[in-house]
Amino acid sequence: MKPLITLSGLHKSFGDVEVLKGIEAEIGEGEFFSLLGPSGCGKTTLLRIIAGFETPTSGVLSIDGRDMSTVPANKRPTNMVFQSYAVFPHLSVAQNVGFGLRRSELSKVEKAKKIEEALGMVGLAGLGGRAAHALSGGQRQRVALARALILEPKVLLLDEPLSALDKKLREQMQSELRRLQRQVGITFILVTHDQEEALIMSDRIAVMFDGQIAQLAPPQELYRRPVSRRVGDFIGVMNFLPAEARLEEGRDIAVEIAGLGRTVLEQEQCPAGFVNGRGAVGVRPESLSVLFDGEQARGEVAEGEVAEVIYYGDMTYYEIALPGAPERLTVSMKNRAGRPVLERGAAARLEWDASSLIYFPS
Amino acid sequence: MSAGQGLSEAKKGLLLAAPPGLYAILLLAVPLGAVLLLSFWSQDFLTLDRTFTLKNYREAFSEPLYMLLLGRSLLISGAVTLVTVLLAFPIAYFVSFHVRPERKSLWIFLITIPFWTSYLIRVFLWKVILGYNGVLNTALLGVGFIDEPLTFILYNANAVVITLAHAFAPFAILPIFVALEKIDRSLLEASRDLGEGTVRTFTRVTLPLAMPGVVAAILIVFIPTIGDYVTPDLVGGPNGLMIANMIQTQFLKLNNAPMGAALAVIAMVSVSVISLLIVLVTMRWSRRGA
Amino acid sequence: MSGWLSKRGGWLGVYAVVYLVFLYAPIFLLPTFAFNDSTVIAFPLQGFTTEWFSGLSGVPALTGAVKTSLLIAVTSALLATTLGLCAARAGVRYRFPGKGPIMGLIMVPLVLPEIIVGVSLLVVIVSILGLPLSSWTVILGHTLICTPFAVAILNASYQSLDTSLEEAAIDLGETPVSTFRLITLPLIMPGIIASLLISFTISLDEFIIAFFLTGAEPTLPVYIWSQLRFPQKLPIVMALGTILVAASIVMLTLAEIMRRRGLKKAGKKDTGGFL
Repeated sequence: MKPLITLSGLHKSFGDVEVLKGIEAEIGEGEFFSLLGPSGCGKTTLLRIIAGFETPTSGVLSIDGRDMSTVPANKRPTNMVFQSYAVFPHLSVAQNVGFGLRRSELSKVEKAKKIEEALGMVGLAGLGGRAAHALSGGQRQRVALARALILEPKVLLLDEPLSALDKKLREQMQSELRRLQRQVGITFILVTHDQEEALIMSDRIAVMFDGQIAQLAPPQELYRRPVSRRVGDFIGVMNFLPAEARLEEGRDIAVEIAGLGRTVLEQEQCPAGFVNGRGAVGVRPESLSVLFDGEQARGEVAEGEVAEVIYYGDMTYYEIALPGAPERLTVSMKNRAGRPVLERGAAARLEWDASSLIYFPS
Repeated sequence: MSAGQGLSEAKKGLLLAAPPGLYAILLLAVPLGAVLLLSFWSQDFLTLDRTFTLKNYREAFSEPLYMLLLGRSLLISGAVTLVTVLLAFPIAYFVSFHVRPERKSLWIFLITIPFWTSYLIRVFLWKVILGYNGVLNTALLGVGFIDEPLTFILYNANAVVITLAHAFAPFAILPIFVALEKIDRSLLEASRDLGEGTVRTFTRVTLPLAMPGVVAAILIVFIPTIGDYVTPDLVGGPNGLMIANMIQTQFLKLNNAPMGAALAVIAMVSVSVISLLIVLVTMRWSRRGA
Repeated sequence: MSGWLSKRGGWLGVYAVVYLVFLYAPIFLLPTFAFNDSTVIAFPLQGFTTEWFSGLSGVPALTGAVKTSLLIAVTSALLATTLGLCAARAGVRYRFPGKGPIMGLIMVPLVLPEIIVGVSLLVVIVSILGLPLSSWTVILGHTLICTPFAVAILNASYQSLDTSLEEAAIDLGETPVSTFRLITLPLIMPGIIASLLISFTISLDEFIIAFFLTGAEPTLPVYIWSQLRFPQKLPIVMALGTILVAASIVMLTLAEIMRRRGLKKAGKKDTGGFL
């Protein structure tokens, strides 16, 4: 991966409030990169710094090897799709899409051709004459995309572009954005608070909390090996059980887990590092299973009780209470033909495997 | 740093606010200071004596006429405020709660139009309406409501109150309307749901929430009315004259600007003190209500 | 429930109509007397005439007053709207030290008795600076009292203008200046026109300050004031007033249309009138 954008030591304060506390990252050419975090974590500020709408208090941003501190927003090789889309209400669709071409040397005919191409790319071919304020939310989104892409930027910035759309349309736009990014081959930087959206679309994700990047990794690594309890909790669902760990001879780690008992973990199951003492073990719901009558256990088994059943149609989520465990464990099971759904209060045999556990020191 | 992003937000804001801000400072704050200063000087026929003196204030407080005018002005302004706000509240309530949303701005427009039309002529027309042979008396005589023309409605304080209540009506309606519009309608439903009737819902929910608008209406009527000299002059008669008439006379007829300035300062201070009291009392009242 | 409510609304509705009659009574009387064939402004009416309107053209002092007032109103409207644009943009878009006091001071003339504005400007201009009174001194005063109205109207324009529209234009390569011309100006133009019309109307009608600050050439209201002293001139004043009121209503209606068009352009819902 060839780095296109380098963020080093970026700080940003608004008055007394420090919203970015030293951001370090490299974003590659042609990469679909997401900034993921809860509201107020600084992800939008970071995006606006890259766009040039905010000036960092300290630190350096460079794009394509060039320091951006003296380059104003209108001169940067970036274009943005705004959360509100910012489609100019007094202009037509074509005028919106062609807005950035005003200063280009192209002839009228060439401009019109480019506009029609851009509209075609986002599935709005033939709608150039429409008034912008007569468009639906999804169409505005597409106009905003075409308008930004027509300038062939090196980087496309997307500020929560899908948050205003309903679920169906959002899912459709997610795959369309991904397709578009592969087609044009430029870097996309997406700001989102929706972890599922980030996992689906991104090559790499930077998870941000409190103005810092907590973890920067590809989706699979992020999901499987969260570097902190907080990241694990934010991405998907993770059960946590208190545990006590001790480094055994060799490289193995012996842990005593409340409700599950003793087991041995490998060092790579401690992405957050390891210290002897108290901590927690995290496990994803799909890594656990409930054994039904007659099913053979392949891993370890703990005996408990079904405390709650949440039926989703394709899946059933069980909350299992284990003796000795302070919190219930969430288990997700695929509903297969012939597999019953257990009732609340039934005895449950919980199957687990030491290799799917993650240890976090406290 | 380039021009596009070089300036900090604070600097850009200050740069933009500077022209209107400086204008207001030079043509409002400085002149108000000058009036204050002038009130401590004195006029000796044609020359202005620039030594500091309390003479104007002593004269203002010892001369019964000035105090009479000030007292009457405050009373009239108070009465105007009371009448205007009491008459305005039901209108604001009606437009906010009973007019269909798409018709609201039409109503507000209709209410504000008279306010924008020639003030002088409007005041003069009240003289025509309220006069001995005026529209009101002719009409009342015509239908046999009265046997002889009413005389208590022109050339006295009543006439001033009626005319000013008319002139300031939109000023009172708008802030109350805005406050009522801001009330989340589900709050009223919640109050009804929790067992309160219409009247109690109004007194326990609507009115307290509309209070900021009512206070704004009171201030926006009370303060400017004290400075009106046209209405008293045209419809007030000798017993309806107000402090502003005296200020105007001191400046333009008696050529005693320092005395006029002192009277203006006294009038402004009295109005400000009363306004402050109104705000404090309503604030305490609303807090106790909550 | 709904019948009961509408009955309540009904009573309030009756009150509202009576109130509107109270508000409009003087305005309806104005043309009534302007076309009445009598020098006495009283009932009963004497018959229809347009004599008072034709009498207007033969008064040179009136023509002069109209010219003075128009000059003052146009200049004040332009100045107040320009200052209002700066103040509204600063107030809506930026945080800066001293914002509260500065914006507060700009809005103070809205509640300040007009006589205080007139007196204080008179003191500075005549007693302290020793300058002569002229149309320009009236313009200074009128700009001061029109600016808060301009700010109120333009505040609404700026608030309904999504910040990211301007950012989008910058992002697409425009400079701050061309962004203002291509995006901001067209979108707040209705507000600017409304502000110009309202300021013009205020200045044209304003008497209290003008009376203090007018120079050798009186404004229209100052001229009308001088005529109110002569009973035989009153019918002509009524005719003049009718024209003025008609002009004001036309201008306000235009301003209201502009305001609504502005909301529609920005794709916003109408939430009430000016201020």
